[in-house]
Amino acid sequence: MSQARQNILDRLREGRQAVGAQSPARSKGFQVPVSDFTVVRERSWTAAEKLDLFQQKIESVHGEVHRVPADGWIPELIRLLAEKKISNLLLSDRKQSALELRDQWHADLPQLLSYQRPIEDWKSELFNQVDASLTTSRGAIAETGSLILWPDADEPRLMSLVPPVHFVLLHADQIYSTFYQAMSEQGWVAQGMPTNALLISGPSKTADIEQTLAYGVHGPAELVVLVLE
Amino acid sequence: MSDAIKIYPSKPEKVYFYATCLVDMFYPDAGMAGIQLLEREGIEVIFPEHQTCCGQPAYSSGFNDQAREVILPQLKMFPEDYPIVVPSGSCGGMMRQHYPELFAGTPQQSQAEAVAKRTWELTDFLLQVCQIKLEDKGQPIKVAMHTSCSARREMGVAEVGPKLLGQLDQVELVEQARPAECCGFGGTFAVRHAEISGAMVQDKAEAIRDAGAEHFVTTDCGCLMNIAGYAEKQKMPMQGQHILSFLWERLQAEGKAPENAGGGQ
Amino acid sequence: MSSQAEAVQEFHPRVHDALENPQIRSNFRKAMDGLMTKRSAAFDDWDLEALRDLGAAVRLRALSRLPELLEELEANLQKQGVKVHWAETGDQACEIVRDICHARAAKKVIKGKSMVSEEMELNHYLEEAGIEALESDLGEYLVQLAEETPSHIIMPAIHKNTDEISELMHAKTGTNRSKDVDYLTASARQQLREKFMQADVGVSGVNFAVAETGTLCLVENEGNGRLTTTTPSCHIAVTGIEKVVEKLEDVTPLLALLTRSATGQHITTYFNMISSPRKAEEKDGPEEVHLVLVDSGRSKIYQDEELLDTLRCIRCGACMNHCPVYTRVGGHAYGTTYPGPIGKILMPHLLGLEKTQDLLSASTLCGACGEVCPVKIPIPKLLQRLRKEAVDGDSLRPSVVAGHGIKRRKLELLAWKGWALMHARPGLYRFSTRWMARLRGLMPGKLGGWTDYRTPPRLAGKTLQQQLQERQQQKTGGQS
Repeated sequence: MSQARQNILDRLREGRQAVGAQSPARSKGFQVPVSDFTVVRERSWTAAEKLDLFQQKIESVHGEVHRVPADGWIPELIRLLAEKKISNLLLSDRKQSALELRDQWHADLPQLLSYQRPIEDWKSELFNQVDASLTTSRGAIAETGSLILWPDADEPRLMSLVPPVHFVLLHADQIYSTFYQAMSEQGWVAQGMPTNALLISGPSKTADIEQTLAYGVHGPAELVVLVLE
Repeated sequence: MSDAIKIYPSKPEKVYFYATCLVDMFYPDAGMAGIQLLEREGIEVIFPEHQTCCGQPAYSSGFNDQAREVILPQLKMFPEDYPIVVPSGSCGGMMRQHYPELFAGTPQQSQAEAVAKRTWELTDFLLQVCQIKLEDKGQPIKVAMHTSCSARREMGVAEVGPKLLGQLDQVELVEQARPAECCGFGGTFAVRHAEISGAMVQDKAEAIRDAGAEHFVTTDCGCLMNIAGYAEKQKMPMQGQHILSFLWERLQAEGKAPENAGGGQ
Repeated sequence: MSSQAEAVQEFHPRVHDALENPQIRSNFRKAMDGLMTKRSAAFDDWDLEALRDLGAAVRLRALSRLPELLEELEANLQKQGVKVHWAETGDQACEIVRDICHARAAKKVIKGKSMVSEEMELNHYLEEAGIEALESDLGEYLVQLAEETPSHIIMPAIHKNTDEISELMHAKTGTNRSKDVDYLTASARQQLREKFMQADVGVSGVNFAVAETGTLCLVENEGNGRLTTTTPSCHIAVTGIEKVVEKLEDVTPLLALLTRSATGQHITTYFNMISSPRKAEEKDGPEEVHLVLVDSGRSKIYQDEELLDTLRCIRCGACMNHCPVYTRVGGHAYGTTYPGPIGKILMPHLLGLEKTQDLLSASTLCGACGEVCPVKIPIPKLLQRLRKEAVDGDSLRPSVVAGHGIKRRKLELLAWKGWALMHARPGLYRFSTRWMARLRGLMPGKLGGWTDYRTPPRLAGKTLQQQLQERQQQKTGGQS
């Protein structure tokens, strides 16, 4: 359809020229106002305020937050798995945190699973038999209570989407005030965007039935954040 | 829609009074009240003789040629730099917001822009420019303020009516549900889409009644004939009046009975 | 497109039916009140005007560079392995989607919510080509079960209450009748889970397409969008050409505005940014990703500096949530893909003025829509402009929209000319109004639609001008 492409671009260029040429007395042409990003960029929150706000926002939409010491998150996870009666946990093979966990694991704890094969090989298992997953994160955004995830070969996309419970590790010192700040400070444009980047701001929900909120539609019904302080 | 920041003139010695066709024909008492209120402030009111209509009916229907035909001879009625005061949010809005664009690129462009810049809705002018101080010689009464959509969004005067009514100590201001929702007049809309308009005015009238208002006031004759006309037909207990008529009456000893829906005698 | 165009002609009867339907009236009143309140609360701690100004600036900047940005978007996407297609019409876009499906021997398509795919009537097209197209967004799923079209661009099933949905699901999918929203939702989840797994192709819309990084951004709450764009081996994204933004940072104010304006949420559960198909070492995600850029009348809108503001739209739905007409007649009455205020200013370009002429006058120009538009589209101004186009009402500015002049009827023109005649001549005006005042007793008691609901307006016995003249004469002691 390259003819379509040419036609569309030609029409747009002709149109823009016509706009500029319209009755000069009343035409402002394409006067574009200045984009002042202050309103989405400037916030004067301390680290403690950011963490509090993040927690408040994500809890307001049924996200679960547990603050734990950075070297003490594994016992807390174990406790939560037992409390939620979770029998298996899908997690990374290579991330530092996952290696620590695998190292400390023992037989009478929930079974640890790996996402080692391409999804085509075990789709039914992932959809029907995995209780929970654990992923890392690339920080969070306080203003909207959002976790930043960049799925990769080691923590694939469906890991944080299919199992009904999703655990996320978040470092408390990686919380940004706004989305604008997160993408600037992490240099998203310079790095180049990954296959898939995500903001996750709570468990899955809908309000399509008479605007009544219901949780756990197609994504995880529970989102559990372990904040490492 | 309305100017982000309004820069009011200082109180002038003279103003031009642009009555609007609905006031002229249906609610002359409102026009007379407006003039008398201005004179009470010590302002000389000049009534340009050749005024007719602001052109909005044609403009809203897309007939710009006919709107310009009617507006053009009137543009030269305001040669001096006096403010032009208008007892209507919608006509004021037409002049202030739409005259410049209608005449852009024509020989009258700067004249239209000059007129637009000097146009003020009358209650806004009385409050902000004249710093009017009212007295209340009337009986206790519960009143709802109906701010028209153009008064609210084109002229930015939603706070003016309540403030003026707030100066009257016998008046209890009640607020109806969904005060910012349109009453359904919309000029020819009321006839072209009568059913939708009927549904809207019903809701508006019922909201005013349910707020406990015995009386409602507005800056706009279109809304007035719409809501009051509905209330009258449905035999609802409340009545409507142009706010200027109401304010003038409250200033008089032994206040007259409020005007009814139809306007003139 | 033709079924839709025909549908629009029946606006008045549909309005009548909607107004007479207490369920529709109450469902929409309740829903719109809720959405308006939520939106207002969501912007409480914001400098809303500054945010809207930024939103408008970002959209205008993108529009000012639209052809270049489309080329940049295409180049970056292609570099990252995404295939880009261009379609001048909705039908062409449907063909492209169908051809991709056929090339992959795809029989089952799962869909994320996409208004442009509704515009194209894609599902119908695919069904005719032997391809099942199932909606996965809960609202769209319900609407599809009911064999209806969406009545709102964000909440497609907003016209239905819980009882109606319970009945629908019971009839079509065998669930129990229930008022329990959690039960109904869980049932839908179960019904759709298998479909996600089996689908050959996932079709989605796009909320923002970032030229700078070649990234497609999607907002959603349910997770069906992520599943649609991740599970099937092929993902096709469709978008109108106007959805492009220049830079990644441009997304930040638009996202802040979109979710709050639409539903009062500070953000949706997921914000999904896709820039390529599955890479070699990755274990999931589609192996093929396509973007279909749909023109379908948009490049024509772009030809006029006033009308192109229509293209700023980020499809939030705030305008219809605040519209007193939409609230009373509901989305289906319009008969168009996009209802409400945005529908009124957009559909004439997509369908032509002949087919949408009745919609234009169905507004009081109250301005509630323009007041809440996150990107400051001057909707009432555009409505007036389209009314002018419909009647060819401005000889100084030639009309440009297809079908212009369709409403320029002899009788109405005569009426306005007569009105102008009277009001352009002050002497004639004064004369006429005085006589109308004197003869006011002769005014008819029935004035069409007006007097169905109200008493007729009553002319005063003396016009203001008359009274002022007399007052002047008294002052100067002259004769009357």
